Amino acid sequence: MSKSKPATQLKAETKTNTHKIIAKQDLASNIKQIQVLAPEIAQKAKAGQFVILRVHEDSERIPLTLVTWDNDGTITLIFQEVGYSTIELGKLTVGDEILNIAGPLGKPSEIKNYGKVAVVCGGVGTAAAYPIAKALKEAGSTVISIIGARNQQLLLLEEEMAKVSDEFFISTDDGSKGHKGFVSDVLKTLIDKNYGFATVYAIGPPIMMKVASDVTRPYKIKTIVSLNPIMVDGMGMCGACRVAVANQTKFACVDGPEFDAHQVDFKELMQRLKGYVPEEKSIIQHLNPLGGKCTCHQH
Amino acid sequence: MPPALMQQQQLQNRWQAIPMSSQKPAERINNFSEVAKGYTEEQALAEASRCLTCPNPQCVQGCPVNVDIPAFIKLITEHKYADAIRKVKEKNSLPAICGRVCPQEEQCQKYCVLGKKGDAVSIGRLERFVADLELTKPLTIPKPQTLNGKKVAVLGAGPAGLTVAADLAKRGYKVVVYEALHVAGGVLVYGIPEFRLPKKIVQAEVDYIKALGVELRTDSLIGRLFTIDELLEEGFDAVFIGTGAGLPKFLGVPGENLNGIYSANEFLIRVNLMKSYKFPQFKTPIRVGKKVAVIGGGNVALDSARSALRLGAESVCLVYRRSRGEMPARLEEILHAEEEGITCKFLASPTRFLGDEQGRVTGMEYIAMKLGEPDESGRRHPVPIKGSEVVMDVDTVIVAIGRTPNPIIQSTTQGLNTTKNGIIVVDTDTGQSSLDAVYAGGDVATGEATVISAMGSGKKAAHSIHNSLTR
Ligand SMILES: Cc1cc2nc3c(=O)[nH]c(=O)nc-3n(C[C@H](O)[C@H](O)[C@H](O)COP(=O)(O)OP(=O)(O)OC[C@H]3O[C@@H](n4cnc5c(N)ncnc54)[C@H](O)[C@@H]3O)c2cc1C
Ligand code: FES
Repeated sequence: MSKSKPATQLKAETKTNTHKIIAKQDLASNIKQIQVLAPEIAQKAKAGQFVILRVHEDSERIPLTLVTWDNDGTITLIFQEVGYSTIELGKLTVGDEILNIAGPLGKPSEIKNYGKVAVVCGGVGTAAAYPIAKALKEAGSTVISIIGARNQQLLLLEEEMAKVSDEFFISTDDGSKGHKGFVSDVLKTLIDKNYGFATVYAIGPPIMMKVASDVTRPYKIKTIVSLNPIMVDGMGMCGACRVAVANQTKFACVDGPEFDAHQVDFKELMQRLKGYVPEEKSIIQHLNPLGGKCTCHQH
Repeated sequence: MPPALMQQQQLQNRWQAIPMSSQKPAERINNFSEVAKGYTEEQALAEASRCLTCPNPQCVQGCPVNVDIPAFIKLITEHKYADAIRKVKEKNSLPAICGRVCPQEEQCQKYCVLGKKGDAVSIGRLERFVADLELTKPLTIPKPQTLNGKKVAVLGAGPAGLTVAADLAKRGYKVVVYEALHVAGGVLVYGIPEFRLPKKIVQAEVDYIKALGVELRTDSLIGRLFTIDELLEEGFDAVFIGTGAGLPKFLGVPGENLNGIYSANEFLIRVNLMKSYKFPQFKTPIRVGKKVAVIGGGNVALDSARSALRLGAESVCLVYRRSRGEMPARLEEILHAEEEGITCKFLASPTRFLGDEQGRVTGMEYIAMKLGEPDESGRRHPVPIKGSEVVMDVDTVIVAIGRTPNPIIQSTTQGLNTTKNGIIVVDTDTGQSSLDAVYAGGDVATGEATVISAMGSGKKAAHSIHNSLTR
């Protein structure tokens, strides 16, 4: 699709909503990146927003953060194969189509020049943090990024993050690269070195976000987290995504996904995320009678 | 039955409605197939012949869209079924749906003269009969209209939006319907279960509307993908907002975010839209435990309760803060639910939920209520009786205490007036909002109401959009 086409023409062509996969890449074991045709979403997306997609007629609706979007009409998504639905998505290859993609959803991040900002991220959370770090940098903020993973192989978007950061730190649980330990340790060290962060973005697994927010609390540094509860519609109609923020119920899909970390009830979030663990196990077992290791994705 | 015999029998039983056959309760609680099977031709003829064809029919005033009821019933008695459905469709574009889900006992049938001494004529069942018969025939698509060059955007593909789309397409407008979800139909597909409204009936209506030339764009959440201003700038001459009341209310009591507590919308969206009653063939899970409590007394509560039963719950208890007489649900559904073994705890309201270490709900504390003075809705207002709290064991709770308008459009459209509950303020005669060229109807403009009223307000809005664009 040529870049010079006017918006209205683009739309006429995509009436049938075909979301073809243009490129696909394995980023780490179980972590994949796909580039998909979605011109309207690509035009409208802003940092911090997500999409909900459905692979086939019988599939779940799954939320995924928008990582990049381009004026060639494509969007990039990164996902970890954690359950049946993400494994199913991972089976698609270049040229395949995704049945439905709705977006952009959620409130965009508040992007401005904050002064010094720490962007702390872990695991696939780095994919969600990248567009925010990039936008913050473009808005004039000084961006200090800290990215982490269990080990070196699982680190995502290293180069990309380094490019949009003024300073860049790595941390791995096993010490295979960078600091040995957690991103929150690095954050604490930097705070104690008087980095003077005006704001901290923390995006990753709930436990990582909780620990990061515990680190910044005593220093009263404004901390923003992007929450990833279970979602169904992603449009404010079901309340599956409800989270307690300052003791009030908020819907992450429309009131968020970003919230003030110091007000979030992380314990409840973590419990709610486990709501369907038995069903998720049963479906993998059911559809992969060989059990245990699924036969559907090969490296 | 020979006609003469039938007529004779009919005369004897003028006061008694012909019952509609339905799946037996013991059988139907194990499936999601339609409960009420509809009239056979004989049954429809017998029921239609009960109508007195009053010279001054009362029933019509009870119909929110003024269907000429005696006329279509008379056509049935004359075996002119195609003419009968045409008569209904002059006013009601979704008869197969309305025949199934309208609260007829509160509307047309409430005014039927026969109802003073016996059973009112079963107008809804007759409407369903002629509509279903038509659905078995090949679809007759009206000749494609020459487009009049005007474009209208319809937001939301529920009954309100679909009605506006159909009416304007028939008048030669280019209509684009933007629907946030992946299918059209609104509550008809995501809320009302298969056993009450088979989805193929909704699909037939949607197909008809597409055949009229309406462009349907799913996966399009307006407010985020485009704003109303952008749609108008892009060349739409008018916008109709029919985004419904889909934001679930919660009780606001402690423990409500425990696992196992659903909003009715979440529960029904999983079951109906995502078809989790066919899990694992369909991949969206649903968890229903043994002891289910459903909070509320309307159609939504009953649909949730009856779905839970079909998904294997051992006991389902409806907990309602008023008494049976105040339940807003359709009478037929209340009777069906009772037959299926759903129990009710009236005059009770939850005060908190108890859970285990894993954060799963295990109990519900509720307080007894008594009925006080009538409130603004005319129903007697329930007041808690101090110190009457009791705990009941539950492992699943479904909260069905009401829904408010979906808020995204309201919060992304400047100058659009709303009430404090987010209801879009419109001129009730025209459906016009506080903004030029922007109209609204259905639940988003009235608060939770009915399919027929959503359709009625859609008709009105289509009419005034047409008037204003051809002025
Ligand atoms: C479980 C249940 C049972 C019911 N039973 C009955 C019954 O038996 N009889 C009866 O008469 N009534 C019943 N009702 C009420 C009836 O369904 C509603 O009054 C009616 O559907 C309202 O129609 P609507 O077109 O205004 O909105 P809806 O049917 O709610 O449709 C609105 C549509 O707009 C879409 N939408 C929302 N926001 C956006 C956006 N920003 N952009 C694009 N699209 C958007 C939604 O996805 C939805 O598809 C029931 C309701 C429920 C929930
Ligand atoms: S996912 Fe349904 S309300 Fe947020």
